[in-house]
Amino acid sequence: MNIIINGIQYEVEKGITILEACRKAGIDIPTLCHDDRLEPSSSCRMCLVEIEGSKKLVTSCSTLVKENMVVYTHSARVMEARKEVLDLLVSNHPMECLTCAKSGKCKLQDYCYEYGITEASYKGARRKPKIDTSNPFYDYDASKCILCGLCIRVCDELQGTSAIGFENRGFDVVVTTPFNEGLVNSKCVSCGNCVSVCPVGALTPKKQTYRHWETKKVRTTCSYCGVGCQMDLVVKENRVVGVEPANVVPNDGLLCVKGKFAYKFINHPDRLKTPLIKRNGKFEEASWDEAYRYIRRKVNEIKEENGPDAFAGLTSARCTNEENYLFQKLFRAVIGTNNVDHCARL
Amino acid sequence: MTNSIGEIVNTDAMFVIGSNTTENHPVIATKMKQAVRRGAKLIVADPRRIELADYADVYLQLKPGTNIALLNSMMNVILEKGLYDKKFIEEKCENFEELVKVVKEYTPERAAEICGVKAEDIIKAATIYGEAEKAGIYYTMGITQHTTGTNGVMSVSNLALLCGNVGKESAGVNPLRGQNNVQGACDMGGLPGDLPGYQKVFKPEVIEKFEKAWNTKLSSKVGLTIPEIMDGAADGSIKFLYIMGENPMVSDPDINHVKHALENVDFLVVQDIFMTETAEFADVILPAASFAEKDGTFSNTERRVQRVRKAIDPVGESKPDWKIIMELMNYLGYSKKYLHPSDIMDEIASVTPSYAGISYDRLEDGGIQWPCLDKDHSGTKYLHKGNIARGKGLFMPSDYAESAETPDREYPYLLTTGRILYHYHTRTMTGKVDGINKLAPSSYVEINEETANRLGISDGDRVRIASRRGEIETTAKITEIIDDGVLFMPFHFADGAANYLTNPARDPIAKISELKVAAVKIEKVC
Ligand code: SF4
Ligand code: SF4
Ligand code: SF4
Repeated sequence: MNIIINGIQYEVEKGITILEACRKAGIDIPTLCHDDRLEPSSSCRMCLVEIEGSKKLVTSCSTLVKENMVVYTHSARVMEARKEVLDLLVSNHPMECLTCAKSGKCKLQDYCYEYGITEASYKGARRKPKIDTSNPFYDYDASKCILCGLCIRVCDELQGTSAIGFENRGFDVVVTTPFNEGLVNSKCVSCGNCVSVCPVGALTPKKQTYRHWETKKVRTTCSYCGVGCQMDLVVKENRVVGVEPANVVPNDGLLCVKGKFAYKFINHPDRLKTPLIKRNGKFEEASWDEAYRYIRRKVNEIKEENGPDAFAGLTSARCTNEENYLFQKLFRAVIGTNNVDHCARL
Repeated sequence: MTNSIGEIVNTDAMFVIGSNTTENHPVIATKMKQAVRRGAKLIVADPRRIELADYADVYLQLKPGTNIALLNSMMNVILEKGLYDKKFIEEKCENFEELVKVVKEYTPERAAEICGVKAEDIIKAATIYGEAEKAGIYYTMGITQHTTGTNGVMSVSNLALLCGNVGKESAGVNPLRGQNNVQGACDMGGLPGDLPGYQKVFKPEVIEKFEKAWNTKLSSKVGLTIPEIMDGAADGSIKFLYIMGENPMVSDPDINHVKHALENVDFLVVQDIFMTETAEFADVILPAASFAEKDGTFSNTERRVQRVRKAIDPVGESKPDWKIIMELMNYLGYSKKYLHPSDIMDEIASVTPSYAGISYDRLEDGGIQWPCLDKDHSGTKYLHKGNIARGKGLFMPSDYAESAETPDREYPYLLTTGRILYHYHTRTMTGKVDGINKLAPSSYVEINEETANRLGISDGDRVRIASRRGEIETTAKITEIIDDGVLFMPFHFADGAANYLTNPARDPIAKISELKVAAVKIEKVC
């Protein structure tokens, strides 16, 4: 099927949306409520485009391509309409970019920059702040919420928990839990998948201690369960300060509470920092060389006296493949026994 | 897993048995719920009314330890109704007659009696599974942690074979592996009878191959499993024990026995990232780096080998485990040095056929599912495609047998154990996270309301629970999700540890302990 976008002809698959066609063609369309994994909701209206022969602008996220369709993604009319959307949002948004944790990674901020919105033109009543801090891992600040609905749809359609929904009408709409009982008392399982998709600073991890531009991200595999979710560790000054889900197999952008929030053990003060040797029933700090020599002496003594089958090792389902390989090699090739097992049965 | 996580959303029916997927494999559970939304049917069998039961077309609240009766009965119904895959069985399976003979005895009425469920629900479950074009079975320790665990696994496989659900997309036999790299630890030869890639130590050609590759002499005597190692440490035949990244003082059955073993062993080395209940017994503790401080790979439950990447420097003087083991090997006179874990992976690939095509440069943009036989092989999404790996699918029917310990006069309640969403294994890591401790602070026991009323126990009361092996105190949590007479405890907590009570009786083949069934008594602490 052929369509023309901004004067250039493209061949596209049948049945895809204009948004998908544009993205495949490398044309950037702004969106606030869109997520490829979800049903389109066409609510934010940032993705509006102009179609030749159609009076009204259409939402590209929910309009399918048609043969010989002629699309304009950045015409004057489109730009005006998007500015209007942003203006309305900003008019009801506290301009706290200087202190907001989301700054630098906020879609509203980015689009305002791109579309040149410096100030709200609608001045008047703003929504009152309603903050839910009951969850131990993240907060919801209604005054910053742009009502894109992503959090609700992710919790429902992908996470399958359906803990949250919109409440009230018109001006006072907020995201909340049934009966307003607070997130911590709801069905919420603290997976943080809503936090990860919020495009603005309405849902944020508690006590975030970094600004986004100070951090780097390192792609890795979750170290908890066997699902093997892919995630990015957020690193600031040699400390892990956050975790973001990666939108790839096997987890497609989802994590659970352990992967998303249970990372603070990494830089915990109780981490073991030096080898320890027990002397007279008490552990004393030792150097690596001392520890290795001590083990070597014992290995030699016991091997001499009792042979290799008096040795046994428990390797670890928590360690890497490379480490497990070396551990069994240590026992088999260096010590000389097959007494090596791990907790596969637990 | 024979199949992949990504295939779940397109399945027609799922049978989840002995797996509380929402809490133990949360992201896999999200895929299951997505599949239900797309119209897939769901059968759940578990002693507790777990969250997935809310989404199920049939929920079977079976008595702990009765899986085999249920599975046999489902097969009985499928045979009776002619829902089995005749062509698949004729072409690809062996020993069908034997299966028919065994499961004939398991009418829904008889199994209903054994399992404590309704016969009509067994029929409904069997019909859903049997009628589905593509149906996957998902299970975990609820199947395996029994003295009949191996037979339980065989019975699951019998059911899948019977309906031709092996070697097919969005179907299969899918044990969900618990720990991040339990799959990899097995693949890498962390088993007493297996060198890397499940190459058996008792096969002379295997030993010869590895002696050549490692340039050393090797033993062909099958080694000891963990329970046997603990017995050996307790009786003095094991003198030197090296524990890397495990905490048997919380995780293993019959903690009193473990404690005796660790106290008795001559020399104990523990390598971990934190001081643990187990490390307290060590002669030497070696500080390891966490996953965020090292490079490497984990193999997930769908056999996908994925990269672990170093994000920060090791904390303090700690070192990555691979470095510690290598340096110790060097101290012990084995001079081989590896500069980076990728060198180790190259060696793994050279001796492990299923990993032969894996190297770090290929893992940059996502993982590879083994078997990956050479550099051009793209990996294996689901196993047994076209043909079953061993040639023919073998039916291995078995009869239901009672658990080693069943409730009696002295110990009238049945205790089963498991994990909860918020904690991981022995809490070495999750126990250090404030928010997690807020949500799940301490040990508890789930008790059915009727049981509690009989015993005069109210929600939040302190209770004392005892088995033939030990006694603990914990807090009562009254709930409707569990049957009268059955108790459930998460095993994560060292204080009020469920494993003082659990039964170390083992399955004769897999040597897995019966952590899911122990007879106990319970009383209110006055
Ligand atoms: S944390 Fe998870 S369960 Fe809770 S509201 Fe957000 S998406 Fe839903
Ligand atoms: S909290 Fe965030 S994701 Fe949810 S509706 Fe508001 S802006 Fe959107
Ligand atoms: S994020 Fe949760 S589901 Fe995913 S691997 Fe980690 S523990 Fe498992």
